[in-house]
Amino acid sequence: MLSGGDMVIRALQDEGIEHVFGYPGGAALHIYDAIFRQDIVKHILVRHEQAAAHAADGYSRATDRVGTVLVTSGPGATNTITGIATAYTDSIPMVVISAQVATDKIGEDAFQETDMVGVSRPVVKHSFLIKHASEIPLAIKQAYYIASTGRPGPVVVDIPKDCTDPAHKFEYEYPKKVKLRSYVPVDRGHSGQIKKAVQMLLDAKRPVIYAGGGVIQGGSSALLVALAKALNYPVTNTLMGLGSFPASDRQFIGMLGMHGTFEANTTMHHADVILAVGARFDDRVTNTPGKFCPSAKFIHIDIDPASISKTITADVPIVGAVDSVLTEMLALLKDTKESPDAEAINDWWSQINEWRARHGIYTESRYNTDGNMIMPQDAIKALHEATGGDAYVTSDVGQHQMFAAQYYLFDKPRRWINSGGLGTMGFGIPAAMGVQMAERDAVVACVTGEGSVQMCIQELSTLKQYNLPIKIICLNNQALGMVKQWQDMVYDGRYSEIHYEESLPDFVKLAEAYGHVGIRVTKKEELKAKMEECFSLKDRVVFMDIMVDPSEHVYPMLVAPNGSMRDMWLSKTERT
Amino acid sequence: MRRIISVLMENAPGALSRVVGLFSQRGYNIESLTVAPTEDDTLSRLTLTTIGNDHKIEQITKNLNKLVDVVKLVDLTEGAHIERELMLIKVKATGSLRAEIKRNVDIFRGQIVDVTSTVYTVQVTGTSDKLDAFVHAIGEAAVLEVVRSGVSGIGRGEKILSL
Repeated sequence: MLSGGDMVIRALQDEGIEHVFGYPGGAALHIYDAIFRQDIVKHILVRHEQAAAHAADGYSRATDRVGTVLVTSGPGATNTITGIATAYTDSIPMVVISAQVATDKIGEDAFQETDMVGVSRPVVKHSFLIKHASEIPLAIKQAYYIASTGRPGPVVVDIPKDCTDPAHKFEYEYPKKVKLRSYVPVDRGHSGQIKKAVQMLLDAKRPVIYAGGGVIQGGSSALLVALAKALNYPVTNTLMGLGSFPASDRQFIGMLGMHGTFEANTTMHHADVILAVGARFDDRVTNTPGKFCPSAKFIHIDIDPASISKTITADVPIVGAVDSVLTEMLALLKDTKESPDAEAINDWWSQINEWRARHGIYTESRYNTDGNMIMPQDAIKALHEATGGDAYVTSDVGQHQMFAAQYYLFDKPRRWINSGGLGTMGFGIPAAMGVQMAERDAVVACVTGEGSVQMCIQELSTLKQYNLPIKIICLNNQALGMVKQWQDMVYDGRYSEIHYEESLPDFVKLAEAYGHVGIRVTKKEELKAKMEECFSLKDRVVFMDIMVDPSEHVYPMLVAPNGSMRDMWLSKTERT
Repeated sequence: MRRIISVLMENAPGALSRVVGLFSQRGYNIESLTVAPTEDDTLSRLTLTTIGNDHKIEQITKNLNKLVDVVKLVDLTEGAHIERELMLIKVKATGSLRAEIKRNVDIFRGQIVDVTSTVYTVQVTGTSDKLDAFVHAIGEAAVLEVVRSGVSGIGRGEKILSL
């Protein structure tokens, strides 16, 4: 017999949950008392509930475990909403347990009452409102099951205080398995469709594989590599898919979309067959849908039927788990006597390599390296070098995010952790915190800017408390760089509200005040040495405040509105 | 095109708000909506009418199906089906109007279900078009109050929507 409060924690233990990111408060007190009386589930006390959600999110992204959040009612719960929405948009599994005011107070505008199930509804995969303590074990089991299967996503379990009352005890049994009649995630794709897709791929003259975050979430990177190798077809990744195919591989043509490489966007535009795997034809990829890849036929593999033919109509839709579909495709390729048209594919590669040589950002530096200022791209390259390209890199949102995506060449899945869909500034530090908690021995870097970093900077304190030695790589251009870039390009340089005047804090002193190490880099020639120094301080949090060229833009950049994928700005003056 | 989508869902708290929320969140129209428990009290049957092209309707049904509470659904307008809506309408009925209204009620096979010296309350069932036509026949000037149930529907023949 257990009280509801004890059931919550016992259920987490039985689910194998090791870490919970959270913040206590009135309605959650019974649950926190249950935490106190055990030492299996470890609680990480954040400084703001938004950070708890981002930390749990980073924890999920870096591993195949499910990040867990525990917060109190009212503001505790609503503070997690941005974090939940971030996870929802990027299809990241997460369970958020929020306390609620007592059942008899619900609806009375009680102290710290908000309708959490209602407030979170548009940004969760599912939610539960507990009505009786005895429902807790099953609800928690179902929450983890729903969060982690199918197209993953966040699930909220809202628990009124009276349901956790230590005075009332009930039978506890944690379900071993769970089955819901109304929720049956697909597994295998339709074999007829898969056959058709393989035939279409074999017949292609100008194919490209467009792989997204679904490959990473579906644990299918090795299968993607095998398929690409079997066919010798070029591979491009979405922002969310970076690392699903090794960036250092010859067949990788870079990221596509808004700030994708010239060769990736141009290859997409001219392709005749596009294999989309776990990607959703997001507007940052397609540019103008009506002008998107005019001569292509689309094969679209996705676990979520609603993603298929949402913005771009699929010629061969395949609803299924990426791993099982790719496995079946590989088996078919092995058995068939047919092979791709070698001559056509050779010609295609010659063309792609010509594009690469013409404007590729990896063939030579496409940005100005002659000046005295540190270029943000060089900062990312120095980061790559200092970490051997093997760090977990989280990021915030803006120019630094795009530079990191372009220049930190990710060779492994789950290493690039960013808010791709929602674009949440403030994500970087707490996400890195979650990653480091999951992978204690890993090198974790947070690439950020002086704008984003201030949105969750209070977590410097949490990093100290739990000894999570992440490295913060702040590309400080003293303005909201991406907004500035748009104001330069679209608003004739009218810089509306992007400067902080003289108010920026001294980040070195700030880091020191939190008990960390601060390093400022202002000179180009000291970048490499200071970056190495940063990563040599293995047990410390280091805040690298790197003063970069404030006028630099991110290129390439798709021309919008009304552009196709081959319409790009390549520099401030050069257009395709 | 107008569609009638019939949804079998868990009779659980919050289920209806998820369906309705989906429509406002994704910018879909709801023209009418009815919901009530079925013979199996763990299930509710929800019928909604909406307007959209094939692409939009496909997205609506896919997204409805994604809701964890939704067990099954069918777009009734894809096949032969029966559609019914019930209307209670209060109309001015004085003098010669009384006989005129009674005739109209008979033509539309409605029933006068409540009578006062000045007012008839009429019940009419049928397709939404038929109810519109009745209101039109009575004439707007005579109509005091209209309440409509929203559309319910069921497939014709052997086709059933059940677990």
